[in-house]
Amino acid sequence: MTTRISKQKAPGDLLKIVREKADVDLSTCYQCRKCSVGCPVADRVESPPSEIIRRLQLGAGDELLQTGLIWICLSCETCYARCPNKINFAAVIDALRSIAVEKGVARPQGDAPLFNRLFLDTVRSYGRAYDLKAIVKYKLGTGDMKQDMDKFPSMLKKGKMAILPPSGADKGKVKRIFEKAAQNKGTGR
Amino acid sequence: MKYAYYPGCSAHSTARDMHESCMAVSEALGIELSEIKGWTCCGASAAHQTDRKLAASLASANLLKARQMGMDMVVNCAACYNRSKAANHEVVHSDEMKRAIAEILGEPYDGSVPVRHFVEVLLKDFGPAKLRKKIVVPLTGLKVAAYYGCYLVRPPEATGFDDPENPTVLESLIDVTGAESVEWSGKVDCCGGMQNLTRTEITIKRSAAVIEMAQAAGADCIVVACPMCQISLDVRQADMEKLLGRKYDIPVIYITQLIGLALGLAPEKLGFSKLMVDPAAVLRTAKAAVS
Repeated sequence: MTTRISKQKAPGDLLKIVREKADVDLSTCYQCRKCSVGCPVADRVESPPSEIIRRLQLGAGDELLQTGLIWICLSCETCYARCPNKINFAAVIDALRSIAVEKGVARPQGDAPLFNRLFLDTVRSYGRAYDLKAIVKYKLGTGDMKQDMDKFPSMLKKGKMAILPPSGADKGKVKRIFEKAAQNKGTGR
Repeated sequence: MKYAYYPGCSAHSTARDMHESCMAVSEALGIELSEIKGWTCCGASAAHQTDRKLAASLASANLLKARQMGMDMVVNCAACYNRSKAANHEVVHSDEMKRAIAEILGEPYDGSVPVRHFVEVLLKDFGPAKLRKKIVVPLTGLKVAAYYGCYLVRPPEATGFDDPENPTVLESLIDVTGAESVEWSGKVDCCGGMQNLTRTEITIKRSAAVIEMAQAAGADCIVVACPMCQISLDVRQADMEKLLGRKYDIPVIYITQLIGLALGLAPEKLGFSKLMVDPAAVLRTAKAAVS
């Protein structure tokens, strides 16, 4: 596809944040496109991995946070594994995800940010993931009650999913980690 | 042979079959897995998508608990294995990460606690020769597709598990059970598991593509070592049939369930009743070997 990038735009701001958050050097990319060829969802997005790197290099702004790959990416890390220059593109996507959530521009189809938040809420409360609670809250939050409702009864009956919340975790430790990590956001480097 | 065992959250929910079969197999072989007291969530994919420092800290908290026990940490969930290995890798390679983790955890961590997947323990520490002697129910005639997915092999810099494009650890173990592993090219493809609840259609199609490749290679069942893959390939088969209009019907079992059967352990002790797709094809082979 063709991506138009305006010359007037203040260059490099998003690139700088991504570089710091992901701890990657994107300047070594020479567009061999092994990442895009190996990406299992490249056919579903307007900009595959190599193109996102190019757009960042050319001074892309916040419009890149709307790009489809951010929330369709499966974190399979095939891009990183096959990069001849060892660019961790999976970390680039994670950085773009967290920037999109921080800037409040993330409302993707399927609402992965909501699921992530609800999942981590259960970890914060119980010290371990309580998947049933996260899933029920996610279903209520998205209003998508149809998908999978036929499966839960048989899964619960077979013991393929726990009904009761997890117990036995060092909850104090996890609470501290969440608190301190929130304070640590944006610090350093 | 004693290890600090990290079960992971799914061991008590969606992957009880994985946990139960791991416990049964380790007990039968005399491998001592001592559960890490008070272990906590590794953060899974939700944490690393949200905040890298949070993710590395959550995983490192358990590594520090294993360090206190003075043993290697053994993980059976490929996703937890991946997050723990990634935390080690990031701590070793970034001073800023080391600083942040020390502050977040309230104690320093240098990324040096060894993390092993249970299949590595079986193959490298226990060894195929010793394991072969313990096989009482050879699963002769069963054709198995060994499926690795992403978390065991990628990124190779962090996991160092095996050849990232053509791993053979699972095939080596399958060979010991007497079953036959099929040659196929889908073993490190992604099942789409991360979008299982958020973009379900992607997971259904990715997982269906993996199963179709395994079936084209003649597999009677698929063997996995990751709960995310197991759920996608097993639980989603009903959805695949609805969406794609074709029958799939192939059991997706854990490598520890397969080994357990070959060790002569009862299917009830190996969590077989929890599978969504009927594992009859696998159990029949075991039964035929006994009679």
